[in-house]
Amino acid sequence: MERVNSLWKRRFLRSSSIVVLAVAWEWGARMHFVSDFLLPSLSSVLIRLWDDVISGEILTGLGLTLLRTLAGFSMAAVAGIIIGVTIARFRAVRWFFDPIVSIGNPLPKIAFLPIFILWFGVFDWSKIAMVAFSAVFPVIVATWAATENVDKFMLWSAESLGCTRRQMLWQIILPASMPEVFTGLQIALPVSLIVVIICEMTMGGEGLGGTMMTSMRFADSPGVFSGIVAIAIVGSLVVKFMEIVRHRLLVWHQESNV
Amino acid sequence: MPNNVFTRYLPLLLLAILWEIGPRLHWVDPSELPPLSAVGRAWWSLLMDGDLWINGVSSFINWFFGLGSAIIIGVLLGVLMARSQTIDDIASPLVKALYPMPKSALIPVMILWLGLGAGSKIASISLSCLLPVILSAYNGARGVDQTLIWSARACGATDRELLWEVVLPAALPEILAGIRNAVAISFIVLVASELLVGQRGLGYLISFLGEGGVYDAMFAVVVTVSALGFFADRAYLFFMRRTLLWRE
Repeated sequence: MERVNSLWKRRFLRSSSIVVLAVAWEWGARMHFVSDFLLPSLSSVLIRLWDDVISGEILTGLGLTLLRTLAGFSMAAVAGIIIGVTIARFRAVRWFFDPIVSIGNPLPKIAFLPIFILWFGVFDWSKIAMVAFSAVFPVIVATWAATENVDKFMLWSAESLGCTRRQMLWQIILPASMPEVFTGLQIALPVSLIVVIICEMTMGGEGLGGTMMTSMRFADSPGVFSGIVAIAIVGSLVVKFMEIVRHRLLVWHQESNV
Repeated sequence: MPNNVFTRYLPLLLLAILWEIGPRLHWVDPSELPPLSAVGRAWWSLLMDGDLWINGVSSFINWFFGLGSAIIIGVLLGVLMARSQTIDDIASPLVKALYPMPKSALIPVMILWLGLGAGSKIASISLSCLLPVILSAYNGARGVDQTLIWSARACGATDRELLWEVVLPAALPEILAGIRNAVAISFIVLVASELLVGQRGLGYLISFLGEGGVYDAMFAVVVTVSALGFFADRAYLFFMRRTLLWRE
């Protein structure tokens, strides 16, 4: 009996914290503990969010943000995987990229933003290029590590069965390194989203980040908060989406059976 | 050995040479990519004028307090969550819900609450770095070998001793790895928040010079910030290895 009780207590606690926070937010805002400007009530934020959904405003912003994110991310994914694989396979490529990657990976790439604006203008291309530049390094690092650490026995067996180099790459190395490469992509996609939002905030050009910044400049705090709620939802959905894709793609891998 | 180091970093040298001669020979427009020597000269004059120092110190203060508070609060909260079922039940749904949020979205709200000065930057950095630290401390402390805890208990360790002498050291590798993530995030948010608003800091200096069209100086500051980020990561890695020496 006590165990059942504690189970219910845990479930209650688990679901309660978010509810309590939401209620405290609404109540605190209504009681005017802080001004409406600093903390608009939760209901007004949600209503605002709903209005923006109905009017389609948020869909435009969302579409722009996601488009930029995906454009930059897919460039980073393709380039990163190609570079990572060639680094692991060719000594000359490794010689060239090794210091560049080891220096480029920990750099705060966002500092290059004004340079990208200078080179690509303030519109979509600079944002996409910035995303690709920021997201490519985790993909390179993951692919490099993965392709280099493919089980030697697997490679030897394939070789002794008469695999050509090309078959080796497409049928052994790439599939075997998929889980790790995908982990790299799972790091790169949220990075892309963060960078897009920062770019939109600094350069404008609408999108979720741009809209939020405009709301801030016009002291429209429900707009700012509905922006942050929308961005939080998009962030979780993107992470969730990657998990589902990972599970789908790696059904054959032992990690899916755990 | 020096020969090895030379061949290893030769690609960077080649890129640097290319950076110098490319704009000089007008392969690329020098106004879009000033030659390396011009950037170097601009860097030197920024250093001598004190611009780099004043803004660097202001950035450093934001970074230090933002990251520092995130580490202290994050480790504390993460360990508490791992040690107490009730706190875990209350906090972990929130942590899980907020973890995937793109952290940069916090900056406008912090500006709204704390204004354009240092406060909003410190708060943005702190909040952005908090979740990775909490999560690593939580995972680290939960992963502590149960036999270690039982043995310590059997030897009569108090709760306090258990925390300081068993749980924290055992969770340290994971915590330190989480903090490394946080260091990377802290630089991103620091620069982003300074690019966005403010009258001080290296990020501000970059956007100020860029808007003024002083591109050689802008490149100089970008290179400086990148170098700082790089060396912070390397220094942290060195510190991390030193701290974990006892684990082989």
